[in-house]
Amino acid sequence: MSMILDKVNYIYSAQTAYEKQALKNINLKIADGEFIGLIGHTGSGKSTLIQHLNGLLKATSGGIYYNGRDIYEEDYSLKELRGKVGLVFQYPEHQLFESTVFADVCFGPKNLGLPRKETELRAFAALRSVGLSEEYWYQPPFEMSGGQKRRAAIAGVLAMKPDMLILDEPTAGLDPKGRDEILGQVAAMHRELSITVLLVSHSMEDVADYVGRIIVMDQGSILMDGAPKEIFQRYQELEEVGLAAPQVTYLMHGLRENGIPVDTGATTVEEARESILQAFTKAGKLRQ
Amino acid sequence: MIRDITIGQYYPSNSIIHRLDPRVKLMGTLTYVLSLFLFRGLAGFAAVTAGLAAVVKLSKVPFRYMVKGLKAIAAILAITVMFNLFLTPGEPLVSVWKLKITEEGLKSAGFMAVRLSYLILGSSVLTLATTPNQLTDGMEKSLRPFRRIGVPVHEVSMIMSIALRFIPILIEETDKIMKAQLARGADFESGNLIKRAKAMVPLLVPLFISAFRRANDLAMAMEARCYNGGEGRTKMKPLKYKGRDGVAYLLIAGYFAGIIMLRVWM
Repeated sequence: MSMILDKVNYIYSAQTAYEKQALKNINLKIADGEFIGLIGHTGSGKSTLIQHLNGLLKATSGGIYYNGRDIYEEDYSLKELRGKVGLVFQYPEHQLFESTVFADVCFGPKNLGLPRKETELRAFAALRSVGLSEEYWYQPPFEMSGGQKRRAAIAGVLAMKPDMLILDEPTAGLDPKGRDEILGQVAAMHRELSITVLLVSHSMEDVADYVGRIIVMDQGSILMDGAPKEIFQRYQELEEVGLAAPQVTYLMHGLRENGIPVDTGATTVEEARESILQAFTKAGKLRQ
Repeated sequence: MIRDITIGQYYPSNSIIHRLDPRVKLMGTLTYVLSLFLFRGLAGFAAVTAGLAAVVKLSKVPFRYMVKGLKAIAAILAITVMFNLFLTPGEPLVSVWKLKITEEGLKSAGFMAVRLSYLILGSSVLTLATTPNQLTDGMEKSLRPFRRIGVPVHEVSMIMSIALRFIPILIEETDKIMKAQLARGADFESGNLIKRAKAMVPLLVPLFISAFRRANDLAMAMEARCYNGGEGRTKMKPLKYKGRDGVAYLLIAGYFAGIIMLRVWM
C-alpha cells in the first residue's frame, strides 16, 4: 500500500511563449503511515507535485501508481482516488461556500455518495478532530476568524476519511499560536488515525518538530530526500537554494566549533537541550 | 485547464507590431474591420487576406496560437453560415426537402465566414500585440476629444484597465477553487443541465466572495495612494509618436484607399 511516482515530468502551457517545465524526472515512493515534509523555495514545484498525487494535474510523461494501480489507466476512478488522497490547498478557507460550517464539511463525503447518516457522522468526527469548538458548527463560515475558517476547511477534507492527507502550507498567514495549534493537530491525527501525511512548507522550522522524512525540492527536481538529521547536516547546500536549516542546527554547529561536544544532529529544541545539558554535565564531571 | 483561453491575451514578443503606438494599432484595427465590410469580389478578398497575412507575419505571433481564438466563435460562425446557405433566395443548386442551396447563398455564406473569421483574427492581433495597459492608454488618449461633451473618458478607461487586469487573476482564482472542490470530490462534468448548474454553486460562491474582497482591497489601496480621478494626473510613460508610427498611418491610409478604389471600380 503506497504511492509511487516513476519519472514524472510536467510542463505548463506546453508549446506557447509561457512554456515552463515545472517537474523534472521525479521519482518518489511514499509508504503508508509516513509523516513527510516537502520543502522548497517558492516556485520549486512543490504545489505542482502534490496536484499530481490526486490526479488534478496529469503528468506530461511518466507514471503514478497508487496501491499498485496506475492512476492514468482508462477505468481508474479519479474521484475515488481523491477520496483516498485528501488535498488541502493553500488558503483553503477560500473554498468555503455553504451556509453553515457543518454543511460545508458534509460536501466532501456527500460527493463520495455516502448515505446521509454516515456523512454527518464523519462531519462531526472531522470537526472535532480539527478542534473547532461546537458553537461555530452551525454558523455561516464567512464570519469566523481566519484560523477558524482554516480549521473548517481542513475538516472538509478530513471528513472524506483519506488514507493520505496532503497539506499545502497549512500555516501560511497564521500567527505563531495558530500555527502551533494546527501543526499539533495534524501530528495528533497522524498518530491517532494512522494516516500518511505530507506537509508542504517553505520553512524548516515548521516541519522539523514533527516529520520523519524530509524531501527538498529545487527547480522542479528532488534535491534531497532523507531523515531530518541527514538533511540538516547539509545546511550549507540548503542555503544555496534559498532555504535554511532550523536555528537549532546553527546553534549546535556553533557550539561544536567552539569546542563544546554537543550532538550536531539534534533537530528539535528538546533534543538540543538534552544534548547541551549532557555535554555540560560531562565537562563538569571531568573537572571534578 | 481553464488557463488555455487565448482570446484577449497578450503574447510577449518584440516585433514591429508590438512596438507601434497603441493609437496606431487601434486605428488600424478599426480601419481593417471597416474594410472587411466594404470589400467585394475576389480582388477585394485577395487584398484583405494579404493585409491580414502581412500583419500576422510582422507580429511574430505564431498563427497556430491565433487560430485557437477562433474556436470560441466556431458555433456562431456555423450558425451564420447555415442561415446564409439555406435562406438566401435565388437560383437553386441543390434542393433537399424544403431546404435549398442557391448560388447566391453559397457565395454569401462563404464571404460571411471569411468576414467573421478575419474579424476575429484581425482584432486578436491587436490584443495579442498590445499590453492591456497600453491599450487603455491608447484608448484614453484617442477618445480625449469626447471629454468636451461630458464623456468621463478617464474613468471609463480606468474601469477598462482594471477589468482587463482582473481577467487573468479571476481565471487563476477559478482554476484554484475548481481544483479545491475537485479535491473534495466535486464533479463539474457529468449529469444533466440542472445537475451541472447546481454543481457550479461551490465554484461561484467562493469566486464572487473573492472578487468582492479583491475589489474592496483595490479600492482601499487606490484611496491610500490618494487617487481622485483623472484631473491633473500625469503618466509615467506618456504616449509619443515615433517615425514608424507615421509610416504605419500612411500604410493604413493606403490600404484603405486601395480597398475603396477596388470597390468603386470593380
